[in-house]
Amino acid sequence: MSTGFHVVVCGSLVPDLLQTLEPVQGPAGPALKNELMLPSVLDPWAAHALFEAAHVAATVPGSKVWLVSLGPKAKLQQLMMSIAPKVPFELVAIDASASGFTDPVEVAAALAGAIEKIPTLDRSRLLLFGGCASASRDAGVTVALVGERLGITDQFLAADELTVSAEGTLTILERVEGGKYLVSEVSGPPCAIAWATGNLPEPPNNPQVGMLNMRTMMPALQKAAAVQLASPGTTFHSVELPKQERRTRIVKDVPIDEMAREIADWIKG
Amino acid sequence: MTMETILYLAHTEDDGSLSRVALETLTGAMGLHAQLPGARFVAGFVGGDVSAAVAAASGCGAASFYAVSGPDFAMSRYASDAAALEAICRASGATIVVAPATSRFNRAIPGVAQRLGGRIDTHVGGCSVEGGALRIQRGYYRQRMIATLTRAARPWFLTFDSGVYPQWDGAPVAVQAESLTVTLGDELKKTKVVGYKAPFASAQTIRPDATLLFVAGVGWTKKQADGQVHLEEAAQIILNVLDKSNASLGSSKSLVDQSSEGHNVFSFMSHLNQVGQTGSTPRHPKGLAACCHGEEPHVVGWRFIGERRAINLDPNCGWAQGKADVVYVADAFALIAKVSELL
Repeated sequence: MSTGFHVVVCGSLVPDLLQTLEPVQGPAGPALKNELMLPSVLDPWAAHALFEAAHVAATVPGSKVWLVSLGPKAKLQQLMMSIAPKVPFELVAIDASASGFTDPVEVAAALAGAIEKIPTLDRSRLLLFGGCASASRDAGVTVALVGERLGITDQFLAADELTVSAEGTLTILERVEGGKYLVSEVSGPPCAIAWATGNLPEPPNNPQVGMLNMRTMMPALQKAAAVQLASPGTTFHSVELPKQERRTRIVKDVPIDEMAREIADWIKG
Repeated sequence: MTMETILYLAHTEDDGSLSRVALETLTGAMGLHAQLPGARFVAGFVGGDVSAAVAAASGCGAASFYAVSGPDFAMSRYASDAAALEAICRASGATIVVAPATSRFNRAIPGVAQRLGGRIDTHVGGCSVEGGALRIQRGYYRQRMIATLTRAARPWFLTFDSGVYPQWDGAPVAVQAESLTVTLGDELKKTKVVGYKAPFASAQTIRPDATLLFVAGVGWTKKQADGQVHLEEAAQIILNVLDKSNASLGSSKSLVDQSSEGHNVFSFMSHLNQVGQTGSTPRHPKGLAACCHGEEPHVVGWRFIGERRAINLDPNCGWAQGKADVVYVADAFALIAKVSELL
């Protein structure tokens, strides 16, 4: 491929996975307690998508990566400090709630609108990337919804591998039932790929990449359009933590044969 | 209140049958029909040849059966699946669309919801009818909290995970499916399905239908009491217990991450085995964890495991705080080897 891909990654922030989360009722519906105070990370699957995008861009000359990220501007700025040194990309920021309780249709509309406004984006070379689900809403639909809005009819979900042949054919491995991969080929872009974990490790920090990214990030954050994500007609009747109902029995100071017999009987029973 | 039309959607497997989760979801759709007063119930099928699938579901009580079939629809491909499902949804006038959360439908249904201007909720864990209105339950933040919600927008697409409802097994009756014609242009056939491929692992260790999920944590790769790492021994013990118990293998993120970072870990394990916050949330009746911590991000992968037991050297680990039914404080190497002997 002589012209390369234009890879747009949709990815936003989620609360640090090790944080304790507690739902509360906010003025606009359910929210997380102290949501704005919770430390955030780039959504794990979106992060994999970003690393895969950078890998594609590095291997196919002429490619470029954009990260379209929707979240509160201040939190996006904090997040970018940690992502910027990882891989080269240009940020497109949208100032809106990153809550998991927002409607994916509304989020997709905001993302697609922002992508359509990227001035130098060639939609015929577009690879739309994102996570196969988020660690917040966990719906697994946003990339497909954005893809539909952008008129992309070749879509893939839970991908772990993308290879590009010399002729430009894309081969995608998607996770399917039974721990197998579905192997598909598509003749070229545009296509949408929602990534599972992929196979790439997290890239090490590169200060030079960080400085390069930061030059475009601050202007992008400053001009981030504010979007109100409404969800008319949706009523949350309750949001609660699953009840911890297990009464754990601790078995210790018991001969190992006895423990093994109990476990084996339980497995067989 | 408008009368609802409930559309049950299913696709055929490679052999023309319906999958377990499709039959489970059929039970859910029928239950929903029974609860929603005055609702109309219809069913739609997609596949190469849907006759066996229609026959299998024919006794469900649907007023109409729709089918989109042919060689173009035998394979799992977004463009053809979305076109077929869109045609069925439009023909049926569905206001509530119920579908199994298979990889094929997980990929196609969101796009159909977008085309029809509807709303979609996935991983639905249950539904009820209050005051004539449908309420669903689904998890947020990777099942760390459960919400009950309702939506006024229609059509409302719902996908159900396996394990929510029992499998439907009704007697077939004679029905005639209305065959819908969907023509695919070349632009919708750009994607070619090549086939299936096993993951990059030396043994098939993922068994969705297994009774037991055995989850191996990173402790298997740590130094043991003698100050040495025993990877080969650990691999042998794990494979042995999987073989004897016919269990499915799960893993913690920390263990599979080691593989992607180039460390020496188990050749039979890949990211596909990962359960938890950033992995899968399987629904096996029993789960046994060994050398895993029981903290919340990991335990979210166990949300739908029926009986949970854990083996850990630390009696104060997260599992001991109401997340497992039984915690065995013991050396997992010795205990699992002994369990394998007894199996």
